[in-house]
Amino acid sequence: MQRFSGLWLLRRGLAGQRGWQPQWRHPDPKPAYDALIVGGGGHGLGTAYYLASEHRLTNIAVLEKGWIGSGNTGRNTTIIRSNYLFPESAALYDHAVRLWESLSQVLNYNVMFSQRGVLMLAHTVHDMQVAKRHVHANRAAGVDNEWLTPPEARAFCPLLNIGDIRYPVLGAALQRRGGTARHDAVAWGYARAADALGVDIIENCEVTGIRRNAQGAVEGVETTRGTIRAPRIGVAAAGNTSVVLKMAQVELPLESYPLQALVSEPVKPVFPCVVMSNTIHAYISQSDKGELVIGAGTDAYTSYTQRGGPHITSHALEAICELFPMFRRMRMLRCWGGIVDVTPDRSPIIGKTGVPGLYVNCGWGTGGFKATPGSAHVFAWTIARDEPHPLNAPFTLERFRDGNLIDEAAAAAVAH
Amino acid sequence: MLLIECPWCGERPEPEFVYGGQAHVARPRVPAEASAEEWTRYLYLRENSRGVHAERWRHTHGCGRFFNALRDTTSDQFLATYKVGEAPPSPGQVSR
Repeated sequence: MQRFSGLWLLRRGLAGQRGWQPQWRHPDPKPAYDALIVGGGGHGLGTAYYLASEHRLTNIAVLEKGWIGSGNTGRNTTIIRSNYLFPESAALYDHAVRLWESLSQVLNYNVMFSQRGVLMLAHTVHDMQVAKRHVHANRAAGVDNEWLTPPEARAFCPLLNIGDIRYPVLGAALQRRGGTARHDAVAWGYARAADALGVDIIENCEVTGIRRNAQGAVEGVETTRGTIRAPRIGVAAAGNTSVVLKMAQVELPLESYPLQALVSEPVKPVFPCVVMSNTIHAYISQSDKGELVIGAGTDAYTSYTQRGGPHITSHALEAICELFPMFRRMRMLRCWGGIVDVTPDRSPIIGKTGVPGLYVNCGWGTGGFKATPGSAHVFAWTIARDEPHPLNAPFTLERFRDGNLIDEAAAAAVAH
Repeated sequence: MLLIECPWCGERPEPEFVYGGQAHVARPRVPAEASAEEWTRYLYLRENSRGVHAERWRHTHGCGRFFNALRDTTSDQFLATYKVGEAPPSPGQVSR
């Protein structure tokens, strides 16, 4: 693997950008591997990377039905934060934030992680109570979060209209360690680093069946590129997880919904942070390319279409225009949808499935991107050791039967 | 935005409706005797079909009534809507 550095980039620039090599191979699938990861998004590629780098499992492959990062990894609004209410969630998401903080150096690939701060607005008395409860719970759990008065919120984000709107801003919770990262670079960086350790990344390879032996354990998968054998299979297929696990007769408490986002035409840097509002339902940041990246809510119904209704995006834009009147004349450039797998308690499922050798990492719902490194890290541990990492031990499939829900529905009242 | 055929009111735009989740999920007949697995199935496990999906809708800003629908979740096209208590139309009766 060519190690990147400032000097190397400068040399490439002076050489007219010639001499770039592909960042990962495009191998044909081998007949057998030690483990397979189904799903070539950030979570799956990261899992493969940590399996290879931390658990010495290098004879493994990532199977992706499209191209890597073409699902929710390439469709989200790139917001990163860890200000979740319950200790289990705060620990898991903060594990991810800590990994984000060194990810560019670890992968030798600039994921453009920017801790510009995430401001979550409160517009009602109930909002204020919930937000302050989050602030106190986070601080008790060692996660940074602070309460800002409306003038303080405005000082942090000068574009914010705190008064002249239907639901005035009554305050805001600020996580300064939160921010954004470059979504594609996360997939590419993990792919490049995993490939360098010997992981096969196999694109355009859709899993069509899961093979099991007489004892019920997995022994491989059927794909559009032939049968591939492996004694361990980790599934990180986001909105399509229900479909994949049905192939092994595993039922999940998931429903897949379209979640939409949109970007404006690019403009000069105007927006210094991330702002989210659950109550009037919008979130916004500005990408380094200059586009305003705006997130809307989920559509009402389950779907696999990767698109949703225009009334959902209109609603988000109405909220943005109230909060930031200077954006009223911005033109939107593109909008799209991703299919998010939502659990009843809005917390993920990371662990075993009841089928020996089959592991699942799903249910991230509307907020999986932020967790990518942490999710991948603990999922790799779970696959390598056949037991959960302490951080994902509470996030079992059995918690729904046993009543041990981790009810983060308040955090996910809108998307996150 | 979807156009949805309410069995009582006819075709109306989606914002008049509220989605009610998967249809034909039967509550345990004797709740006190239901096992944890049966409760899990009733409360949490869902088909989440990629393809034809039987689901409930309520015409909240119209007649206010619940009804059921068959919808293809790969195209969002409604194949049929039918009244509560009726059996879902068989695949031969609906056209895509």
